[in-house]
Amino acid sequence: MDQLFNFTEVFDNLDKILTGFWATIRLAVVCMILSMIVGTVLAVFRVSPTPVLRGVGTFLVNVLRNTPLTLIAVLCVSGLSDVLALRFSDAPSVNGFWWATTALSIYTGAFVCEALRSGINTVPLGQAEAARSIGLTSGQSLRMIILPQAFRSVIGPLGSVLIAMFKNTAIVGAVAYAVEAAATMKLMFFDLGASLPIFIGFAVGYLILILPTGYFFGWLAKRMAVAR
Amino acid sequence: MTDSGGGPELTKGGGGPHDDTPGGGPLVVLENVNKHFGELHVLRDINLTVQRGEVVVVIGPSGSGKSTLCRSINRLEPIDSGTILVDGKKLPEEGKDLARLRADVGMVFQSFNLFAHKTILENVMLGPIKVRKQDKAASERHAMELLERVGIANQAGKYPAQLSGGQQQRVAIARSLAMKPKVMLFDEPTSALDPEMINEVLDVMTSLARDGMTMIVVTHEMGFARKAAQKVVFMADGQIVESNTPEEFFTNARTDRARDFLSKILTH
Repeated sequence: MDQLFNFTEVFDNLDKILTGFWATIRLAVVCMILSMIVGTVLAVFRVSPTPVLRGVGTFLVNVLRNTPLTLIAVLCVSGLSDVLALRFSDAPSVNGFWWATTALSIYTGAFVCEALRSGINTVPLGQAEAARSIGLTSGQSLRMIILPQAFRSVIGPLGSVLIAMFKNTAIVGAVAYAVEAAATMKLMFFDLGASLPIFIGFAVGYLILILPTGYFFGWLAKRMAVAR
Repeated sequence: MTDSGGGPELTKGGGGPHDDTPGGGPLVVLENVNKHFGELHVLRDINLTVQRGEVVVVIGPSGSGKSTLCRSINRLEPIDSGTILVDGKKLPEEGKDLARLRADVGMVFQSFNLFAHKTILENVMLGPIKVRKQDKAASERHAMELLERVGIANQAGKYPAQLSGGQQQRVAIARSLAMKPKVMLFDEPTSALDPEMINEVLDVMTSLARDGMTMIVVTHEMGFARKAAQKVVFMADGQIVESNTPEEFFTNARTDRARDFLSKILTH
């Protein structure tokens, strides 16, 4: 029992653990920004009046949403980076970071797109008609009227998508960027032997990071809600 | 009031074959307009001419195509055949030209459709700034004048949902006016309002009509038609059945269809 709850190993390696979580945070923040951009672009494609763009959007979303993240990450690292030698940087850690964010961002982008598209469907048709009737082009109407309202109505679901993304950093980390938190835990298991205290230490770390994220999105959803 | 471009000198060079008509050419002309919704033939050979400064009221039973007619004039509903001319120019296809035309054609909807995430003032300023590329300070000044005119200036910082229906509809009128439109379309502007709010909206519309705005109004408000309109168009089953002055139409309808409709709405 003593060994099960002996946390000295956690505290002795606190710097290593914090470094791991710092890498996780960097991955998560960059992916959050990129996946929102990717998701918005895909959503714009999917509601565009041009059939070709709609087709491209639908195809990409279906492929990305229905492929395991591990496969996408492996394709990026083994296929694109190693075999085709498409590298972001000669430094392996920098290259790994950007391929990990690429894989996670396009994967998460598909889910952001679908959340956003359901938000676009909640915006009454009259809003677009009013926008067009004062002379806004369809692009302006999407950018100034439809998307801002769509985003506000799906902050809650978007929060869930981004929380899932946060945890998925562990998957792309294992494939492409083995310095983030989950990979650090695996490394410590190798060095020190697998132990419940180390596991609990990391689990608590994730909780500390992700719980406030969830609360933040809940608060934001309420604050930004559009009254009709 | 904004100069709505109703003066005779503005009508010169408008182009098109209709410029020889007295008064400098009609502002809106529909010729043999047809539209289907699937099997349903909602507009049948519609011919309608609206002169500059004229107020035309369109009435008719529900499903008669009057809303579709109104919405076809700024191409919110594309038509299948026929031509629609606004200020002598044919309605453009989708794209930048159409956006430019819509900026000149004001539209007021039954359900107000104010931009829900923007304040009242932002609603009125958006078009002038983003479409007309006007300076922000000048747009704000003009927007406040218009809000003053429709009696909502003290609510400028609020959001649409905080206003009553009548107030929202008056803001919607101000939003259209901010674009200095040549003609304004009203698609049942009072149908979604509580009875005690109808008059505040009709008063604004009546004063617009008095100031010479060209208006096409789909409504069942007979009082407004008598007071402000020069012409009443009665539609049924996608056709214009009768077109006359309000006085003649309400007292001496020529067709059975119109008399039948009037007997149903006037007995209340």
